[in-house]
Order: sequence, then C-alpha cells, then structure tokens
Amino acid sequence: MKILVTVKEVADVDDEFEIDGLGIDDRYVTYDLNEWDDYAVEAAVQIQEAGEDVEVVAVTIGDTDTEDTIRQALAKGADRAVRVWDDALAAAGLLDPETKARLIAAVAAEEDPDLVLTGVQSADDGFGATGVTLAEHLGFEWAAVVNDLDLDREAGVAHVHRELEGGVEELTDVELPAVLTIQTGINEPRYASLRGIRQAQSKELAEYTLADLGLTAADIESPLEQTDLYEPESEGDATVFEGSAEETASELAGLLREKGVGS
Amino acid sequence: MTVLTVAEHRRGELRDVSLELLTAGRELADATGGELHTAVVGGDVEAFAERLDREGVDAIHTVDEGEEFNHDVYTQVVHQLADAVDADLLVVPNSVNGLDYAPAVASRLDWPLVTDVVDLSYDDELTATRELYGSKVETTIDVHADRAAVTVRPAEWPAAEGTGDATVDAFDADVDESAVRSTVTGFEEVGGGEVDITDADVLVSVGRGIEEEENLNLIFDLAEALDATVSASRPLIDNGWLAKDRQVGQSGKVVTPDVYIAIGISGAVQHVAGMKGSDTIVAINTDPNAPIFDIADYGIQDDLFEVVPALIEEFQ
Repeated sequence: MKILVTVKEVADVDDEFEIDGLGIDDRYVTYDLNEWDDYAVEAAVQIQEAGEDVEVVAVTIGDTDTEDTIRQALAKGADRAVRVWDDALAAAGLLDPETKARLIAAVAAEEDPDLVLTGVQSADDGFGATGVTLAEHLGFEWAAVVNDLDLDREAGVAHVHRELEGGVEELTDVELPAVLTIQTGINEPRYASLRGIRQAQSKELAEYTLADLGLTAADIESPLEQTDLYEPESEGDATVFEGSAEETASELAGLLREKGVGS
Repeated sequence: MTVLTVAEHRRGELRDVSLELLTAGRELADATGGELHTAVVGGDVEAFAERLDREGVDAIHTVDEGEEFNHDVYTQVVHQLADAVDADLLVVPNSVNGLDYAPAVASRLDWPLVTDVVDLSYDDELTATRELYGSKVETTIDVHADRAAVTVRPAEWPAAEGTGDATVDAFDADVDESAVRSTVTGFEEVGGGEVDITDADVLVSVGRGIEEEENLNLIFDLAEALDATVSASRPLIDNGWLAKDRQVGQSGKVVTPDVYIAIGISGAVQHVAGMKGSDTIVAINTDPNAPIFDIADYGIQDDLFEVVPALIEEFQ
C-alpha cells in the first residue's frame, strides 16, 4: 500500500514584527515543518511500521529553500519525497486550497496512493480546506479533523474519530482510497534520530515542475487576490499592571483578593 | 445576488452559528438587493426551519435526508440546492463539519472558496477578511468571480433575531447512495474525568509559554495558593502533559468562572471561544501583542517565571 503525506514549510512570525507589502518582513520569520503535518507524517510512519509493504511518500509545494524542512519528513521515516515548484508558482499570487489541491492531485495521479494524509490546516494561512478539496479532485472519500485512526487494510476501511467542537468525537467509517486530514494530538510525533537524519540525506527527493505534471500556468491562476495585510487594531481595554514582577504580582494579588480569591 | 446559507445541527440541536450566518448573509443580500435563502439538511427539519425563520430570511429549504451530518449527503444536497436556487454566494459555518463539506461543494461547483472569514463586504465584487499567522495579522482577499463560497468564523456576527415570514419548502434532493462512502457510526463524549473545570470559580489556566512539563509544578502551586483549579490550552493536552478534561477551548470545555487567569496563553481564537464568557480575565504573557490581551480585563506583560513565583509569595 502507498501513503501520500502532504507537508508544508510554514512561517512562524516573531512576537514583534514588521509588515513588508503583502507579507511579513523576512527578518521576523522562522520556517519550520507545519505542526499538523508533523502529526500526519507520524500517522503515516506508524502505519508503515505496523504493516507489511507500506511505502510513505511525502509531497510538498515549495522552492529549494524548503528542502531542509521536507527532509525532516524523510528523517522521521518517509521513504521518499516529491517537491513541486516552478517559476510560475513563485510569480503567482495566492496559493489557495484549490490551486494546491490541483498540484497535489497531479502528483497523486502519478503515485496512485491508497491513502493520503494531510494536516488539518497550516499554521500560517490556516485555510483548512486543501485536504477535502484534494479528495474531491481525486474522487477519493475523505474525513476532516481526524484525531483517531484505525486502518483495516483488508476491509479497505479507515475507522476514524473526527474531533467536533465541545469535546465530542464523531465515529466514522471511511472507505479507501481516502484523504484524511490529521489533527494535532492524534499521536506523539517522534524526534528524528541522528541515524534518520543521516539516512534522509540519501533518500530520493524528486522535483517536479508544472510541465512535468502536465500542467500549465493557467492551472495555477486563482480568482482570489490578496489585496491588503495589516495588524488588526487592538480591541482590548485591559488594565495593564506596570513595574517589576514583584510590583505587578502585588497589584494582581490585591485585585484577586478584592474578587475574593484565595481567602 | 442570491445568498444561500446552510444551517448546522448536531444531535437534535441547532447550532448558534446557523443564526449568525443569517446575519452575515442578510448583509450581503442587502448590499446587492438580493435574496437570502437558508437550508437545513437532516434531523427534525421542520422544527429547525421554525427556528431559522428570522427577520430578513426570504426562503427556507428543508431537506429530509438522515438524522445527523454526513458529508457525502451534504455535499450532494448543497451542490444541487445551490444550482436549484441559482445561488451566487454560499455561506457555511467554519466549523469542523463545515470544513468537511464546503471545500467539496465549492470544488464541484467550480467556485472559489475563502475559509474562516471574519468580515465580508461587497462592492462590485466580494471582499473577504481573514486572519493569518495565528491572528497576528489580517488580510483582505478580493474574489474575482461571479459566484463564490465562504466559511464564516463562529461568533463574529450576531445571531439574527426577530420573526420572519420566509417561505418554507421541502427540497427533494437526489442523493446517489453509491457515492455515500462514509458512515457515521456514533458519537463519543471525551474528557470525562476527575476534574470538572466548568464548575470552578477560579481557573488558573496554562499554555505553551510554560515551556516544559516540569514547570507545571509552578502552576499547580499557584492554583493551590489561590484555591483554584488548573486548566490548560490545547498544546499541553496534545503533548500529553495534562488530561483532556482540563482543556479549555473550541474542542475542549467552555468555561465561565468568576476569575480566569491565563498564563503563557497567546489567546488563539479556538481557545478564546472556550473562556471569553469568564467574569474577570487576567492574562500573564511576555508578548504584548498576544491576542489574549484583546479580551483580558487585566494584564501583566512580563515573564511568567518571574511573575508567578512572586504571586505565590503574595498568598503565602
């Protein structure tokens, strides 16, 4: 069986930052593997370790700078990786879920996976829609926000829990092939071992351009255009205690006693 | 333009967001001199339709298909209904279930989709506002298309009020059962445990800022000094540092204590959804821009490892 797991390098913005045009000034940004994808990779690797003959292929959309991040997935146990990039993507505006799904669907058409695992959302733009859009493109079944996964390969069914709001989980059986969007907390993502990191360097990392996937620049044109980026006005009217930790703690203690706390 | 919203219900209860969508949808219908339609799929559709008949709703479509949400059914029904009413804009909750079918419907209709929208306006074309990087910034997106779908963040619009005079009709959807390849087999309540954070008068709530599991001792010491209960934000539960019954937020518990002390919690929207009803909110966080300060009544913008020991000292 083959599992495709989508991974994304995401931007983490410092507490203090500056806006540069429609993005964040690069000086205030660090890049890392998307947290949700880390859980998706772990879920894929656990299935691989538990079963016979399971291949895990990580797929990403990103320029050469994202390779270090993608190698994290290889270091944690993915067998090989595919990176999609193209000058046309660098020039494109917003990579919305539809555009991303189109690109990954083209990779999936080559790979023919039985199961696709994605993160629920990415930490930076947080659309939370790429996985289900991808399922629709592939004609696969799907489940969004999965926080428990029990795969029955023989029956071709994934028994999943979907994490609904308010501490309720929905128990669902999903026919394969399927796309599952993986929620944080479903497992404990491993740290890459030194051996894993070494091995990752020699694992295959294929690069595909749009043309390699049979796509053209017209396929990545989105009707969505980002037009502004700004810091929201603070809505807060909090009374902020100033001074040393002792001083602020003392003021807070006074307030709490007034409210009857700790007495 | 014709706006179509889709209500959400679970286990017999219409969810509040269904009424909020009506407000968002009415605003856009007004901006374009159009109609507001709403749909409810599955469950006791007649009872739900009565509740959805608020001021400003022109038409309610009931679809008697199943008891609970199933995305394969919803995808087919909403797709067909959007065609049948000639909708220009589809408005769905940005909920776990909304995100389980809206992307499929949008893709099937070949309409662009903007998710987790916090503001919408229409001036020749649709403009949606959403947040990026964990609410640090907002962005506006112009939708260059005649028709579009959006998922709307809960609690951003007020619920529609009043009594309407909407037409109610039963929509006869044609559901292809062979395309229903997922089955909901049940529900499970999680987080039932020994601690009931919803019953506490004072909560000392801890987030990612605590850094290490060992440091939790500090939080439990403070809770003991204040005679409070310890709760937490999601990352600490994901890490397995605290049990699920202590989780505050969208996927955890909704709490309304007299005093809520948020320590090292940035205040992501999912967390805030679970605690904004607290009487008094105190935030301790090093980041003065953390969204938690937007809803806090009192704040200390300093290192929790300095402030919390000093606070414990105050109560000894």
